[in-house]
Amino acid sequence: MRIELQPRLNPPRWLGFAAPVAAVAVALLIGGVIVANLGKSPLDAFLVYFVDPLTQDWSLEALAVKASPLVLIATGLCFCFRANLWNIGAEGQFVAGGACGGALALATHGADHAGPLGGSWILPAMLLLGILGGAAYALIPAVLRVALGVNEILSSLMLVYVAGLGLDYLVRGPWRDPAGFNFPVSVNFDPDATLPTLIDGASLHAGVLVTLLVVVGAALVFSRTMFGYEIRCVGAAPRAARFAGFDEKRLTLLVFALSGGLAGLAGVMEVSGQIGQLQPSISPGYGFTAIIVAYLGRLQPMGVLVAGLVLALTYVGGEGAQIALKLPLDVTKAFQGILLVCVLGADVVTRYRVRIVGRVMA
Amino acid sequence: MASLPGSPSVRTPAPLVAIRGLSKSFGPVHANRNIDLDVLAGENHALLGENGAGKSTLVKMLYGLLQPSAGEILWQGRPVVLGSPEAARALGIGMVFQHFSLFENLTVSENIALVLPPERQSRLDARIGGLSERYGLKLEPARPVWSLSAGERQRIEIARVLLQDPKLMILDEPTSVLTPQESESLFAILDRLKAEGRALLYISHRLDDVRRLCDRATVLRAGRVVGTCDPRAETARSMAAQMVGAQIAEVSSRGGAVGAERFAADDLSLPAPGLHATALRGIHLSVRGGEVLGIAGVAGNGQDELFAALSGERLASDAGAIRIDGRPAGRDGITARRRRGAAFVPEERNGHAAVPGFALSDNLVLSRHATGEVSRGGFLRGAAARAIAREVVETFDVRAGAPDPAARTLSGGNLQKFVVGREILREPGVLVINQPTWGVDALAGAAIHQAILDLAGRGSAVVVISQDLDELFRLCDRLCVIHDGTLSPATATAETDRDDVGLRMAGTVPSPPAGTEVASAPVHAH
Repeated sequence: MRIELQPRLNPPRWLGFAAPVAAVAVALLIGGVIVANLGKSPLDAFLVYFVDPLTQDWSLEALAVKASPLVLIATGLCFCFRANLWNIGAEGQFVAGGACGGALALATHGADHAGPLGGSWILPAMLLLGILGGAAYALIPAVLRVALGVNEILSSLMLVYVAGLGLDYLVRGPWRDPAGFNFPVSVNFDPDATLPTLIDGASLHAGVLVTLLVVVGAALVFSRTMFGYEIRCVGAAPRAARFAGFDEKRLTLLVFALSGGLAGLAGVMEVSGQIGQLQPSISPGYGFTAIIVAYLGRLQPMGVLVAGLVLALTYVGGEGAQIALKLPLDVTKAFQGILLVCVLGADVVTRYRVRIVGRVMA
Repeated sequence: MASLPGSPSVRTPAPLVAIRGLSKSFGPVHANRNIDLDVLAGENHALLGENGAGKSTLVKMLYGLLQPSAGEILWQGRPVVLGSPEAARALGIGMVFQHFSLFENLTVSENIALVLPPERQSRLDARIGGLSERYGLKLEPARPVWSLSAGERQRIEIARVLLQDPKLMILDEPTSVLTPQESESLFAILDRLKAEGRALLYISHRLDDVRRLCDRATVLRAGRVVGTCDPRAETARSMAAQMVGAQIAEVSSRGGAVGAERFAADDLSLPAPGLHATALRGIHLSVRGGEVLGIAGVAGNGQDELFAALSGERLASDAGAIRIDGRPAGRDGITARRRRGAAFVPEERNGHAAVPGFALSDNLVLSRHATGEVSRGGFLRGAAARAIAREVVETFDVRAGAPDPAARTLSGGNLQKFVVGREILREPGVLVINQPTWGVDALAGAAIHQAILDLAGRGSAVVVISQDLDELFRLCDRLCVIHDGTLSPATATAETDRDDVGLRMAGTVPSPPAGTEVASAPVHAH
């Protein structure tokens, strides 16, 4: 007995849509078994995780606010992953972007809105710094790969911890609020350094709109531009890309800068729109979860938008489950991991026909 | 193994192998349908057919690598099930594959020991020496494989099979990587095997080789047996017609005038790009408008490295090392060279000349994005790309199942017609093409040859790199030979012949009198 994988020459189109849906269904089943083993009702858990967050205004807003960084980061990751480059360090680039943008907010803290240091230039400048910070941080593994052949998976992953500990140091040290009773947090950002909300008194901030614009733009880049074509080409057949005259090194630097820039933008929008200050940790693992989002969305910006909402649901629902069912946050993380495995498995089934072949004896 | 008694009632001996009604399908594709085939002991039996005719599928079933969907295999009259290559070898079936499976960094005898039951090295070396005496199969057991030529590597594969004392040997395209002289010494070995009563199943598309070697030939087309013939009573042309099922058009040469130099390499040298790659040393070539220059050579002598240097995938260290229309281009990348009117077709279709998963229109963009109408201001013009791809498909008779299919769904011949047509439709001033008809069926091959000659007839300069001497003699005005990264001076095709080119492919500068001395590891009977 052995399992044979036969490549499908023409995978039917519906399979491309059905596979992620099936992956989610299988992940739900496995998740249900886990929850049942923890002594809770899988049905209750399903309702708390996936239905309750969709029933109330505040939780729908929370969904959009949580989905926004996931979608933004995952859209950036599409550029890398499509080119067969493995940027696993979006979490670090998110932190670097948040820290760079946040640094400006802290530097201009307390300035008069009408004064020389204050004003409405601060927020755009913060966003720009966030993008530059994330891009610069992502360029470290990219340059190492291009110049020295260092594996970008390892270097980008390890830089996550450098960024996290760096922010931790800054917030506990130089950036700590002097009037903060020694809590390791910065001062609260001024209104000039805060993303406006879309609805008064709600948590839905303007960053959500930025994310939507980026998704539409990225979809156009992939389908309509030579740059998108270059990325697809380098990822699908590097030798053909060289034959086309595309410069793989230049492209490596570009896609890393792009994906790091978008992760950095997500980071600065998170600190400016959601948290409102700098803390030792500014991300519940968005940069890693975004990898799942990118795959669940089949590395297509529009798919990523849907997948980001699904994963955001697990975050919002996971908070509800902690309260209502006393299920630990780790269940949420485990579920996200199960989902990734199912998505990758579904990918294999999409591209190959799986046959179990009985081995005949001679 | 089934243990039915044989049927010795018939007076004529049962064939060594009898294949009865064998079929194999992969999903909807029927690779083999209802094949009947006999191989007698002591017979050299040829299996003929175009690429995709089902030859490989058939021999893989015979060697236990694939299981038939229907039908049976009789070994000396008894039905057998060949579940694995081990089972096939246990019966006495051995196979020499087209692609060698050797470890470059191990020695000859280590590579042989790998496939045999454990035995003492000295005993094995003695047995390898014995092969040399019995069959003229000359091998040096202590040599590392990386230092060997293709012909020598093939002898290791043959030795591996012979040391298992097979009754039936299957050889898949054994001469495709050999020089004419190396082929001849292979045939000498095979003749001795036949004299010992061993049977041979010989797959080749080189019909002259088949005529030289085989007693009987079975012709496959589209997975079915379409005929059996005596190769010696046929001509290469009549057998080709059976394989294709149609007469192949003669390629007609053009009568264009030869113009000024359009493409040249001048003292082009490049270090080897990798451990087992070849360095280019002092390459000189010059092609004029209206002229086809051929570059012959055994695979692995620097053809790929030369193509990369001529196309600009790798830049020369000096701008003057490459000239297009008289102006230096050595430091221009492939895109800049295309803008100056050059076009290129690499050897490997899948993954080099085309992206298998891309539609044909997307594959058109691959080499046309800098020169055509398919992109503007950084944006793709999908409609224009589709229109030009359609034009290529129509002009070059590319048979595709769908309007704009993925490249991987096309057969080798059709995809090759597309990638050649993609370049030729641009009317390039210079065309460099590597192995233009490698793995392509005869009809598509003839169409590609005609397109190359027509292009030269319209005043373009063409460089053809090929291992196929027939192709080179058919197409080229002048020929040179690449060996170990150096290029011989070009000689007019009319003033040279296959033996001369073959000797130069083996790295020997032929002496003016037609001497019998061959310097490259001659296989003499001792």
